[in-house]
Amino acid sequence: MSALLRHRLTWPVLALVLLLLLNQLFRADFLSVRVQDGHLFGSLIDILRNGAPTILIALGMTLVIASRGIDLSVGAVAAIAGAVSCMYIYSSPDPTSLRTAATGVAIAVVAGLVLGAWNGFLVSVIGIQPIIATLVLMTAGRGLAQLVTDGQIISVSNDSYQAIGAGFFLGLPISILIAAAAFGVAGLLTRRTALGTLIEAVGINPVASRLAGLDARTITWTVYIFSGLCAAVAGLMISSNVTAADSNNAGLYIEMDAILAVVIGGTSLAGGRYSLVGTLVGALIIQTLTTTVYTLGIPPEATLVFKALVVIIVCLLQSSRARTLLGRRRRPVTEQSQVEVAV
Amino acid sequence: MTETVPVVDMQGISIAFPGVKALDGVDFRLFPGEVHALLGENGAGKSTLIKALTGVYAVDDGTITVMGTRQSFATPAAAQAAGISTVYQEVNLCPNLSVEENILLGREPRRRGGIHWRNVRRRAEEVLEQLQLGHIDPRSVLSSHSIAIQQLVAIARAMQVDARVLILDEPTSSLDADEVQQLFSVIRTLRDRGVAILFVSHFLEQVYEVSDRMTVLRNGRLVGEYLTPDLPRMGLISKMIGKELDALAELEEAESRRHPDRTQEVPFLRAEGLGRKGSVRDVTVTVHAGEILGLAGLLGSGRTETARLLFGADRADQGQLSIGGTARTLRTPRSAIDRGIAFSSENRKEEGLIGDLSVRDNLILALQAGKGWWRRVPRTTQDELAERFIRALDIRPSNKDSLIRDLSGGNQQKVLLARWLITDPKLLILDEPTRGIDIGAKTQIQKLISSLAADGMSVVFISAELEEVLRLSDHIAILKDRQMVADIPNDGVTMEDVMTVIAGTNA
Repeated sequence: MSALLRHRLTWPVLALVLLLLLNQLFRADFLSVRVQDGHLFGSLIDILRNGAPTILIALGMTLVIASRGIDLSVGAVAAIAGAVSCMYIYSSPDPTSLRTAATGVAIAVVAGLVLGAWNGFLVSVIGIQPIIATLVLMTAGRGLAQLVTDGQIISVSNDSYQAIGAGFFLGLPISILIAAAAFGVAGLLTRRTALGTLIEAVGINPVASRLAGLDARTITWTVYIFSGLCAAVAGLMISSNVTAADSNNAGLYIEMDAILAVVIGGTSLAGGRYSLVGTLVGALIIQTLTTTVYTLGIPPEATLVFKALVVIIVCLLQSSRARTLLGRRRRPVTEQSQVEVAV
Repeated sequence: MTETVPVVDMQGISIAFPGVKALDGVDFRLFPGEVHALLGENGAGKSTLIKALTGVYAVDDGTITVMGTRQSFATPAAAQAAGISTVYQEVNLCPNLSVEENILLGREPRRRGGIHWRNVRRRAEEVLEQLQLGHIDPRSVLSSHSIAIQQLVAIARAMQVDARVLILDEPTSSLDADEVQQLFSVIRTLRDRGVAILFVSHFLEQVYEVSDRMTVLRNGRLVGEYLTPDLPRMGLISKMIGKELDALAELEEAESRRHPDRTQEVPFLRAEGLGRKGSVRDVTVTVHAGEILGLAGLLGSGRTETARLLFGADRADQGQLSIGGTARTLRTPRSAIDRGIAFSSENRKEEGLIGDLSVRDNLILALQAGKGWWRRVPRTTQDELAERFIRALDIRPSNKDSLIRDLSGGNQQKVLLARWLITDPKLLILDEPTRGIDIGAKTQIQKLISSLAADGMSVVFISAELEEVLRLSDHIAILKDRQMVADIPNDGVTMEDVMTVIAGTNA
């Protein structure tokens, strides 16, 4: 029991369950999932589907943060991805075909990889602090997206493209499947290979890692490129869902949600040990919160304050120091682990 | 040294960590106006006892009485408020702040809600002056000073408060002889003022020089408390390691190294006039297979800098380097490692350990780095290697899943050694591998180095302890003021010979 209490996922999972139960209290059919036209429907499915972009971006963010970095540009990259794909589809001679949609998606993915590589270049080769390096693209990126779409909202009508964000496959929303696949790939890639351990090593002690012969530069590039890729796919989901590219608002503030998801999931902003499952739970908490706001009928002007309150409570539950104040006996912990939760 | 009331009285202290009983019913007394040495091997529980006293760890059992009052400090700040100040083994200051800010951090004199900077400066200067450290500019940034000076600043910080108890955990491990004497004179001054000083050091000469009383721990248990004049050195060593004869035999064995003549063979590594601007110059050394090259010199003479050049951690901009007879330029540690060179830094915490990872992950790191991230070392191989090296080097606790930051200094050092041994290097560069670790582990490491060389590995061995360098090395390169001044074969070389070269005015 005490081992369970100490597990770093216990509190986030508990928070998620409580949030869901709170919703159930106000709406009796909240937890029910029904089949309609061969598709799964229900609030839980909505949470997963609407949360898919955040989950994806938070995945990439987890690895970046584990390597002692941060990627503020994900929202802008998502906007660019949506812009380039929609612009391509819009201006193509055959805007409704699958082929066009596929090319548009490919262009967006390549754009994501290139932009991720740019961030990785600034951080690992030039040596700019991650927060500044990615801030460049965070602001410049939206400008780029606006240049691509000429400042307009570009609407497309392509069924194949729309399927990414709004379609179903085997009864499940495709965006959920994509997010799940990305989660699986990231999990396998980091834990079946040595990538996860090496990212953690670089994040915990870059100097020692270099002296142990680790190529920190390659690791850093890899995580930023992966983050760019995740952001691009998330951008495709967002624009596909509304069948339009909105350079100003697509993925706005999503970097904050992603960072929050990572932190709630128990990964320290100081880098090092990370948990992909934790991030998943964190992202779900954030999405559930948004849903809760609607369920409880909280007035829109109080929404952000309400979200902030819940986040603070979750963070407090996770901090061992806060739990000590709640009366639990202090264990001999090293200073480092205390700092970890304090960050 | 009169039997007055102890200022600190710890009774029956027990602390358990996951899987380890770090302290088991230990009693400890500290009297005002005396220097009390706390002794024991790595993992004996010295650091844990100190952390229990200073409020870093909560005790599971036992009582702590300070100046007659039962205390259980919840935080280091509470212990400090009760008059207990500590200087830890590794410098725990903020390198990016100035010396004065570090000395008064958290205790800044205030005026109208803000910090009274003029008073900060004045008090920093006062305390530095007291320690005869007036030459340190209080406004200078801490990281611009050597580790030795940083250590002295840490002591200045500890003395800045009106401490009744001063705890010094390995304060001398980074100091050269002069600085040690300077520190000792300060310690004696404070002792005469009635401050109780708890002194932890692995340098037994220093313990005998400065301490009045000692307490010996072994494996988390109290061995005994003795007055320093009553316990001769051999008796102390046997109480610390608990097996007198074995340890002596090991020392003897380590001493009987032969130095084979290998001048005819192609050397594994040869450096000619290697140097780097602002770092070190004129490094001309030759290392054959199976040979141990010792680097001798004072603190700051360029020993570490030489090692970093040979490893590619810093890039040389003068001279030539050849490995296995072929000229090479080492641009990164990676390129050195690919050619069979390994380097274990003197700075365990900053440049060696990946603290939050397990012993196994730390052991495997260099091997994995060599394979790249895609080809993961299979888990079974990892476990086999980890178990083998934990056994071979007697790493404790023997659990490969413990976080490395929970191990004692000597055991961390063994893990770092094993990290390189797993990669089967041809040349092992060891910068202060025995610093801050106890006699038992030290002998083990010395023995290991000898046997590695006997098996054909080349070793570059750096130590501040000249005695150790002389005992192990085939050749000794002597550095002075960031320049290599001599390379002498070690046959019958005495400490005086090396000292003469170091002290000599002409290069």
